[in-house]
Amino acid sequence: MTESDLFRAEGLGKSYPGVRANDDVSFSVAPGEIHALLGENGAGKSTLVKMIYGLVQPDEGRMWLAGQPHAPSDPRAARAAGVGMVFQHFSLFDAMSVADNIALGMDDPPPRRQLAERIERVSADYGLPLDPRRRVASLSAGERQRVEIVRCLLGHPRLLIMDEPTSVLTPQEANILFDTLRQLTTVGTAILYISHKLDEIRALCDRATVLRHGRVVGTLSPRDHSAREMAGLMVGAELKVVDRSGRQAGPVVLEVAGLSSATGVEGTRLRDVGFAVRAGEILGIGGVAGNGQEQLIAALSGETIGRPGTVRLAGQDLSTLGPEPRRQAGLLTAPEDRLGHAAVPEMSLAENALLTAAGRQALVRRGMIDHGAARRFAERVIAAFDVRTPGPDTAAMALSGGNLQKFVIGREILQEPRALVVNQPTWGVDASAAAAIRQALLDLAARGAAVVVISQDLDELLELSDRLAALNEGRLSAPVPTEGLTLDALGLMLGGAHGMEAAHVVAA
Amino acid sequence: MIDATTFLLLLSAATPILLAALGEMIVERAGVLNLGVEGLMITGALAGFAGAHATGSPATGFLTAAVAGAALAMLFAGLTQYLMTNQVATGLALTLFGLGLTAMFGRPYEGVKAPQMPGGPLGVNPVIWLGLLLVPLIWLFLNRTRAGLILRGVGENHDAAHALGYKVRAIRVAAISTGGALAGLGGAYVSLATVLQWTEGMTAGAGWIALAIVVFAGWNPWGVLAGAWLFGGVTVLQLRLQAAGSAVPIHILSMAPYVATILVLVLISARQKYARSGGAGGPGSLGKPFHAIR
Amino acid sequence: MSLRLDPRPEAPLWLQVATPLMAVGATMIAGAVLFALMGHDPLAAIRMIFWDPLFGQAAAYSRPQLLVKAGPLILIACGLALGFRAGIWNIGAEGQYIIGGMCGAAVALAAYPAPGLWIFPAMVLAGAAGGWAWGMIPAMLRNLFGASEILVSLMLVYVAQKLAAWAAFGPLKNPEGFGMPGSRNLQQYSAAANPELIAGTGVHWGVVAAAVAVLASWVLIARHIRGFHIRAAGLAPRAARFAGVSPGVLVAFCLGLSGALAGMAGLFEVAGPAGQITDSFGSGYGFTAIIVAFLGRLHPLGILLAGLLLALTYIGGELAQMMLQLPAATVQVFQGMLLFFLLGFDTLTRFRIRWGARA
Repeated sequence: MTESDLFRAEGLGKSYPGVRANDDVSFSVAPGEIHALLGENGAGKSTLVKMIYGLVQPDEGRMWLAGQPHAPSDPRAARAAGVGMVFQHFSLFDAMSVADNIALGMDDPPPRRQLAERIERVSADYGLPLDPRRRVASLSAGERQRVEIVRCLLGHPRLLIMDEPTSVLTPQEANILFDTLRQLTTVGTAILYISHKLDEIRALCDRATVLRHGRVVGTLSPRDHSAREMAGLMVGAELKVVDRSGRQAGPVVLEVAGLSSATGVEGTRLRDVGFAVRAGEILGIGGVAGNGQEQLIAALSGETIGRPGTVRLAGQDLSTLGPEPRRQAGLLTAPEDRLGHAAVPEMSLAENALLTAAGRQALVRRGMIDHGAARRFAERVIAAFDVRTPGPDTAAMALSGGNLQKFVIGREILQEPRALVVNQPTWGVDASAAAAIRQALLDLAARGAAVVVISQDLDELLELSDRLAALNEGRLSAPVPTEGLTLDALGLMLGGAHGMEAAHVVAA
Repeated sequence: MIDATTFLLLLSAATPILLAALGEMIVERAGVLNLGVEGLMITGALAGFAGAHATGSPATGFLTAAVAGAALAMLFAGLTQYLMTNQVATGLALTLFGLGLTAMFGRPYEGVKAPQMPGGPLGVNPVIWLGLLLVPLIWLFLNRTRAGLILRGVGENHDAAHALGYKVRAIRVAAISTGGALAGLGGAYVSLATVLQWTEGMTAGAGWIALAIVVFAGWNPWGVLAGAWLFGGVTVLQLRLQAAGSAVPIHILSMAPYVATILVLVLISARQKYARSGGAGGPGSLGKPFHAIR
Repeated sequence: MSLRLDPRPEAPLWLQVATPLMAVGATMIAGAVLFALMGHDPLAAIRMIFWDPLFGQAAAYSRPQLLVKAGPLILIACGLALGFRAGIWNIGAEGQYIIGGMCGAAVALAAYPAPGLWIFPAMVLAGAAGGWAWGMIPAMLRNLFGASEILVSLMLVYVAQKLAAWAAFGPLKNPEGFGMPGSRNLQQYSAAANPELIAGTGVHWGVVAAAVAVLASWVLIARHIRGFHIRAAGLAPRAARFAGVSPGVLVAFCLGLSGALAGMAGLFEVAGPAGQITDSFGSGYGFTAIIVAFLGRLHPLGILLAGLLLALTYIGGELAQMMLQLPAATVQVFQGMLLFFLLGFDTLTRFRIRWGARA
């Protein structure tokens, strides 16, 4: 801690009912530095930056920005003090234009025409091409992020907070973002970079502060430490390596051909998607969010019904059937959103077991529910997947993300599907639960099921899949064997930089 | 054929709905669904009548109606914005409560004649002018002012607005009370300018029709004007047919405004459902509860 | 200091029972204040509304009225509650009630003056069918075109009222009625009448139907997979869809069933207590039933109790109207206040309320 610190926090603490989100957190950021905040989901990174940005107020501790005490009562005050923030889940207004969105993020926006000019100038300076008149709803994820970044840059921040910015980008898009960030540091802007991706932190950041369970466990220089060392610090224990052995590819179980979305469907339309998965095989489907993942899993689960012949399970045509008959036939799915899609938040685990296991596990007879059987099935899931909960009567929303995810994946796996399709199986889940879920998927395949894993986590896909395909604007590439695939080749498969030109870095 | 008198009748029939629907449109653009418009209008009808009767001044009556509408709307605002109650149920409660309250306190005014309204410019009631003037003003407010931009932002995505530091609840409470005041004005127009007396339940579903017109309008003030005129036209036509001694029974004819509302609602909903590209759907956060947890 | 609400997954049972009672208590207090402001003795008025109908001097007359009024309220509310749980808002039960009554009465008037055991069951079927059909209009318009069932069902109330007035002046008018609007009185046509079954209790076939509806909807919600799907659809529509629930089928089921129950309630009323179709046949039961459904926390047992309580306010209101010259609308104000207080206190079951200091 030196006189030249741009930002300094000392002894910050914040509690929520039942959770100590931050405890005695101290660290500092130098001008022009890219400083990483590293930690698992739930380690307290988000709460910490929300305090810096004025969205929540610390219970104890103090902050300084450029030598002045920093205690913003709301984001407006934080922005006035020189703090900007780019959110992980974008804080954008879909139905409005880029210019309106940016005006909403400024405290004193100039008149429309001047604003449009300034947007165009800043976006050209930093290699972030943007049309101020476009509606945000029509932008890709990468372009939306640019809107957020430009919105921050127009406020000339001294400290720019970026919350998991690459989670929605392809590797190429991420590289362009890194160039922009490095360019910003040359004019003295400091960047607080939140991530749990170790490789990009090693490539980009000058220093890293590691958080675990809300406390700082160390500040280090990422370039001097291996990813493995940092992971150890982050998790606090060595991670188990998943076991991929014992799988043998059998006959084709799940076959998808010529699958296209009907016109008038919201979001990305699927275009002529086709693939085949064999018994004992895991097919990985990568791609940046919003390229048709939701539509694909809905078309497989039966939530949207397709033309005849598009979805077959062991030769049986399931295309025109709804979710329940598909489950009876052996095709099970687990959607991405745990709360509200895969599970009803307010209902107990026993009732949530009924949601997908009612028919296949004979929990309902002639329309009447066998509540005892539902409880017993939920208890089996809880025991088999080490779900930490008081029991099957606990509401789903009372579980942590990792535990609920183990429950909803376990609920499908214990039904011994012939084919299982999962979307983002470990999103927002702590490392040990993620490892358990991945192992369970591998074991299911080893027992002869066909498994499809849709994910945006490239490491996960490389770890699990036998073959890999990429979903890009509703089209699925031809699957290629995972063996020997490089991250770069993978990035190109995922759609490269979405036609984005490399940043024209102009000297500032 | 539409002559000047018929057009004036149409304008007059459209005004209560126009005012109430403009108010509700502001509320919905802020992301709140207030189903209590009927209750607000009937309250405005009585408060306006009572205010005008007590002072002999219709202007005071309209002012009273606006204040009463805003005050009752604050009850809705408090419950939905601070106690996080269900907006649909609370709106219904507002309507039932408003109808009961006015029936109870309106008894002394039954059979009393309303004070004479002064003529406005061109001999047209000033409140009709007010309604017409509000259409471009509200359009300008929503599309050309910073406050309007913020209001739309709150309605479009309240989480994003909150993350940027806007006071979502305070903005919504302001919108709800404005909507209440306009609904109150619309109700007062019914008792003070159309029927010229107070009777129980006299708004007869105008508040509900206003809600439908907001959907019809695609949340745009010019669309609200078109919808209100359409409704006014159907009402006048129906009255003309009655007066002309049509072969169709009176009771069947008087269904026309309600049936027309259903038809319009169906047409518009179908267009929004089958042509997704126009972006004519409602504000993104409409009717969703806002609860800033962390 | 400021108020903070923390969501909680499930409220303890005692709180779920206590909040409606707190709402009733608060309504009584607010009502007493209102009466005092109007210059009445508040305690006497409250006693007149909530106590005297059951235990006062005229209780012998008013006690049977309790079931007469509660029957249609409970029957309608049971149906509405199913839809409300699924997020399907049928607020046009009043219209379905009117149409059901008209259809049932039409069957009786067509058969008049023939005797026959088949007539009354046929009327019940016609009433249910009429209400069902009137409820299916908003269901179909929502499923086919996405039109709001709230607004359509409500608009259809006004249409039904006009239809009833037209029928009372036209096709259903009593030919021997000396030109007065209104149909024949079905109470005087024994094959079509819905009489008091046990003297002095007020029990007629509609009360029996209400009791059956309470039991059946309890089984449906607690034990049947369709009831489970209804609850899931209301709490998390996407999850229900994932489980295999078709939203369109659910909309048709809930609106159709609640329409049929409201239609039956209308039939029992026209063949019994009301006796005839008039231009003011609708009496507000369809709207009050919305309050009954909420006050009963959308639970069949709660609806039973809430229906009895609101029936009490109807009778007590009439009594207070006669004895204290209170306006007839007093009951409506009470019911509106009750719903407000209920919604407010309900916050306690969904959130933990904390007083927290803010930095």
